[in-house]
Amino acid sequence: MPAGESELTSGSSRYLTKISARDVNVFYADKQALFDVNLDILHHQVTALIGPSGCGKSTFIRCVNRMNDVVASCRVEGKITLDGEDIYRDEIDVVHLRARIGMVFQKPNPFPKSVYENVAYGPRIHGLAESRKQLDEIVMSSLERAGLLDEVKDRLGDSGTSLSGGQQQRLCIARAIAVSPEVILMDEPCSALDPIATARIEELIGELRSNYTIVIVTHSMQQAARISQRTAFFHLGRVVEVGETAQIFTDPKEARTRDYITGRFG
Amino acid sequence: MTESERSNALRRRIRSRYRAERRFRLYGAAAIGSAVLALATLLGSVVGRALPAFFEHRVRLNVHFAPEALDADDRSAAGLAQANYGAILKQTLRSRFPDVTGRSEVRALSALLSVDAPYELRDRVLESPSLLGRSEEIWLLLTDQADLYLKGATDASGLSEAQIGWLESLRAEGRIERAFATRFLSTGDSREPELAGVWGAVVGSFFTLIVTLALSFPVGAAAALYLEEFAPRNRWTDWIEVNINNLAAIPSIVFGLLGLALFLNVLELPRSAPLVGGMVLALMTLPTVIIAARSAIRSVPPSVREAALAVGASPMQVALQHVLPLALPGILTGTIIGMARALGETAPLLMIGMVAFIVDVPAGVTDPATVLPVQIFLWADAPERAFLAKTSAAILVLLGFLVIMNLAAVWLRSRFEQRW
Repeated sequence: MPAGESELTSGSSRYLTKISARDVNVFYADKQALFDVNLDILHHQVTALIGPSGCGKSTFIRCVNRMNDVVASCRVEGKITLDGEDIYRDEIDVVHLRARIGMVFQKPNPFPKSVYENVAYGPRIHGLAESRKQLDEIVMSSLERAGLLDEVKDRLGDSGTSLSGGQQQRLCIARAIAVSPEVILMDEPCSALDPIATARIEELIGELRSNYTIVIVTHSMQQAARISQRTAFFHLGRVVEVGETAQIFTDPKEARTRDYITGRFG
Repeated sequence: MTESERSNALRRRIRSRYRAERRFRLYGAAAIGSAVLALATLLGSVVGRALPAFFEHRVRLNVHFAPEALDADDRSAAGLAQANYGAILKQTLRSRFPDVTGRSEVRALSALLSVDAPYELRDRVLESPSLLGRSEEIWLLLTDQADLYLKGATDASGLSEAQIGWLESLRAEGRIERAFATRFLSTGDSREPELAGVWGAVVGSFFTLIVTLALSFPVGAAAALYLEEFAPRNRWTDWIEVNINNLAAIPSIVFGLLGLALFLNVLELPRSAPLVGGMVLALMTLPTVIIAARSAIRSVPPSVREAALAVGASPMQVALQHVLPLALPGILTGTIIGMARALGETAPLLMIGMVAFIVDVPAGVTDPATVLPVQIFLWADAPERAFLAKTSAAILVLLGFLVIMNLAAVWLRSRFEQRW
């Protein structure tokens, strides 16, 4: 992180905008999934995206690292910028973009390789380590920061799929941070985990916030309230309301947000 | 309807459901039972007929290597190689059966020995020239008819009364033994049944399949990987897909015609060679490999692709480092199914001349060769009765080849298998 950017701490309005979406429309073939989405993701904050199933939260974060590119029928209109740079420009290298924006998926999906290889894969393909020793350091520090090192340091050679669900998800987080991204996108990272593993991941997200900008999709409003600074409420492909988490949960401006938060639909 | 009536009806229905289930299981067991019975019958009859081919009969004769009978003044290796060993053999037989004198009788007597017997003597002499002028007890191969008679065939061995009498007297003397026919597993084809071996065809099949594997596996895997991971979905790829599926159902002889027209007539590659046979069979196998490889690649969970893409792997890295290793066991299975079909194929090879009578064991992929199914076909067609057992034995060797190939595939699979 460039120094100076991350030092602005008082008052969310003074945070820099890391990602900005302007009039984003997304289509899957003829079906429109997002309508005129305008959303700013602020630097070194946790932004939670909430809303009922099928409202476009996952579609939105998949636009941010262009994972939707692999879906042939998907078409993205509008403008999404990362540090002011349009990520849908032709000159943007998708591989490089994804190295800057890491992603953690709903279901833990470690590679069917060893724990070490899972974490080392990203740095290796991006040439981040010049020597074996340096690679070891990256792997160890990533596992450390993902809070997994103590549990797996004696079994780095075991298959990543042999870990428990919660450990696998933290391994996926370690894999994401091993390439030193600026942003981490999390698509319901706790939905397949038990409450203890969930608490562990939430704690981890709190720690990671000081170094990364995090966007998390979640179905749990308690989780959004616990871990995020800003919350955006999606409904039927539109952003209904976005604001500071405390404000969204205590004093929502829109009736639909209030109905969703109080459990009247969703 | 009262409650008890309802529960009775329910019970009846449950009973009839259980009966239906028992019947269903019985059908399944019956189907498997009949399949096992058919397989056992097949194997039993083949093994029963094949066993005699793995044994041969030999006679022990006291051979006197008289230099004057050899008719060889030249004692060099070249001279000894050209000497008249038939004369020695005739002398040996005459001294064993002194009362056989007539010209035709003598011919009938020496006809009991294989045409290979003089060459056997020659090899002995060339190996140790000091044998000249000495006598030695030597085991010599009997002809296929004598062999058949000694194996118990009474009807059609084609021996005369006198020949049978001589054989019996030799047997009574303990001069005849039954031995394992290593020759069958170590030599090529021959016009003489007692000399014909299956090794030439085994090596021919091996070279042919190596060529097939070397072509169809990489090309098939690459084609499948491209179609699944990179190709755009449009009318062209749909058209290609339909054609691949159709090619898998084309009669194999058509591929033989293609091989004849393209590989032999246009490219002028050697005839009867495993190289061309392997290329033709690779053409035939490719659709099978591609179809199996595509379904293996499609069954790799999309989460693996997403995980790799999300850390910034390029599409090629995703395909080669993540999808291919996980799909490899499935691709190997498809390949082995295609190879098993190629191993049993005769028709396309007829078109490119691999049906020729070839005695020498091939030393490379461009040497003339034949393959096991063609060898079986040739022997099944041969008039000599002794080839009957050879045919069955060659079928056994073919089955053995198949089993070894499948075991190798299972071993490879387990080596490449990655637990997901």
